[in-house]
Amino acid sequence: MPITYTSNEQIEVYRFSLPAAILVPLIAVFLQAFIPLRFHFFSIFDLPLLVVIFFAVARRSPVAGLLTGAAIGLLQDSLTGHPLGLFGIAKTVAGYGASSLGVKLDVENAGSRFLVTLFFYGLHEIVYFAVARGLVGLTLQWSWPRELGSAFANAFLAVILFALLDRFKQRT
Amino acid sequence: MENLISRYRNVTILVVILFAQVLGLAVQVRRSTQDESTRLIRVWAVDAVTPLEKAIVWSQSGIGNLWHNYFYLRGVRQENRELKQEIERLRIEQVRLNQDAEQARRLQALLGFKEQFISRTLPAQVIGSSGSEQSRSIYIDKGSRDGIKPDMAVITAEGVVGKVLRAFRTTSQVLLVNDQTSGVGAILEKSRLQGVLRGTPLGEVVLEKVMSDETVQAGERVVTSGGDQIFPKGLPVGTVTKVSPGAELFLNIRVKPAADLSRLEEVLVITQQEEKTPASAEGAPPMRAADILAQRLPSVPDRPPDDPNAPPPPTSGLKIFPAPTTSAAAGIPKASGASPASPSAASHGQSGQGSATTAGTTAKPHVDSAGTTNNAGNASSATKPNANSSATKPVTPRKPVAPAVKASDNATTGASGGQAQPASPQPDPQPKQLATEPTTPQEPPQ
Repeated sequence: MPITYTSNEQIEVYRFSLPAAILVPLIAVFLQAFIPLRFHFFSIFDLPLLVVIFFAVARRSPVAGLLTGAAIGLLQDSLTGHPLGLFGIAKTVAGYGASSLGVKLDVENAGSRFLVTLFFYGLHEIVYFAVARGLVGLTLQWSWPRELGSAFANAFLAVILFALLDRFKQRT
Repeated sequence: MENLISRYRNVTILVVILFAQVLGLAVQVRRSTQDESTRLIRVWAVDAVTPLEKAIVWSQSGIGNLWHNYFYLRGVRQENRELKQEIERLRIEQVRLNQDAEQARRLQALLGFKEQFISRTLPAQVIGSSGSEQSRSIYIDKGSRDGIKPDMAVITAEGVVGKVLRAFRTTSQVLLVNDQTSGVGAILEKSRLQGVLRGTPLGEVVLEKVMSDETVQAGERVVTSGGDQIFPKGLPVGTVTKVSPGAELFLNIRVKPAADLSRLEEVLVITQQEEKTPASAEGAPPMRAADILAQRLPSVPDRPPDDPNAPPPPTSGLKIFPAPTTSAAAGIPKASGASPASPSAASHGQSGQGSATTAGTTAKPHVDSAGTTNNAGNASSATKPNANSSATKPVTPRKPVAPAVKASDNATTGASGGQAQPASPQPDPQPKQLATEPTTPQEPPQ
């Protein structure tokens, strides 16, 4: 298990119980599919991405992060009408990046969680758009106001959600 | 090499995972969507997520129904009164529409048009969505077990919703019309311009492939054209909200969908369509164009049985010739559509014998006072004219039929507008005697 230090302080590595590791992503995907039916505005959020970032940062293992991202991304892809792998690739990159960053930085406080989510949401969207347009040929339109709005909304939600998910953390 | 891989283990795994997914993507994109079987991971994901969605929707609707059906009944009486008034109004409207529809069916039957009928639908409840703004699709609680197959049309009472993209065992994925990968054959209701309805990345709906030199007004309704072989013709799609010049030679027509795609709860899946030639009445023989025209155009009633004591009818310079066999058998309607059995020059005071020719091709149907058609005449009677045939028919109040004669003395033929064409160039050596009864008040030809 890689142990790294920031500010001469040991960063803790967490693990999760198997039910939490399986159910939390499933519930996130479920809510993402169900809530927009009733509250259309909810589709600006990306709950599965927030869960990927949370697990990646908490585990601080790039391999675990990218595998979690790939699994949740493919699960999310399965519910769309698009080919499998669009969300998979984007979330793999996001998971790998978040866990790599988590190894180097302390991302336990609200401010750093906000910034990390803001950054990785943007990265996720860029990768998604690149793959969708470059590989699949979808004609997606990039809208800066919408992307920035979504990024901030997700970052705010991440602060609240991560605080709730902290309850599932188990010290190694 | 091994040392290098172990040193950059994380990056190596990342590259491998990404490469595998890119490869998978490429394979999926390359394959035709037609023969793409549903991936196992999709089945697993749908099986994992949809039962929970079903349970929540079911309990939600159960509680809602209990509350609204048994407890919260405020304003129901008022609503009931209003609905009754609405029913009365619709009944009156229905009578008028029935007549129009019947006429349209008759004409379609005559022309051999095939009409698509929705013969079976399956109601379904919306239980989930794709959860992504880039993919606009929903999940319904009916699947292949209920008879749903890919490419079935999904509608609501308001209009078109989309089509079934994938059918799982107990659920199905429906691609909405505002998804950018969807396409619906559509036609503008008034201008009859055809185009393809597509979704945009922003979730709007546009009508493509309408040439920029055409005139399209905002507010015009858009209906399905039936050309995509998925949606039956004539289903409401939406209303034109904005028209602007688009790329190349086409207009950019923005359409507001008739169905509220963001608030779908229940939908109907069209599980069976029939394509058949519409019939005016069950079991009735198909009517010919001449029959239809004969009903529509003014004429005189048939002669009563000959009275041996009656004085001979007055004559004029008109003469009736029978229609030839070929055109009668083909059922091609001539200009006036009248028949040898129903010459009606008398309505213009030109009855009698002369050198006029009939323009009709078949025997005229008998029309009673109620306006219903009794197809008494037939082709054979038209081809073998009997001089007494018109005389043996009883006189009944009937819808007037157009005169089908051409006067030798350049007399016009009234309702036929002088466009009557001789059905046969050969004059009948034994001209038929015309009825001389006064005509009934004429309805204007439609």
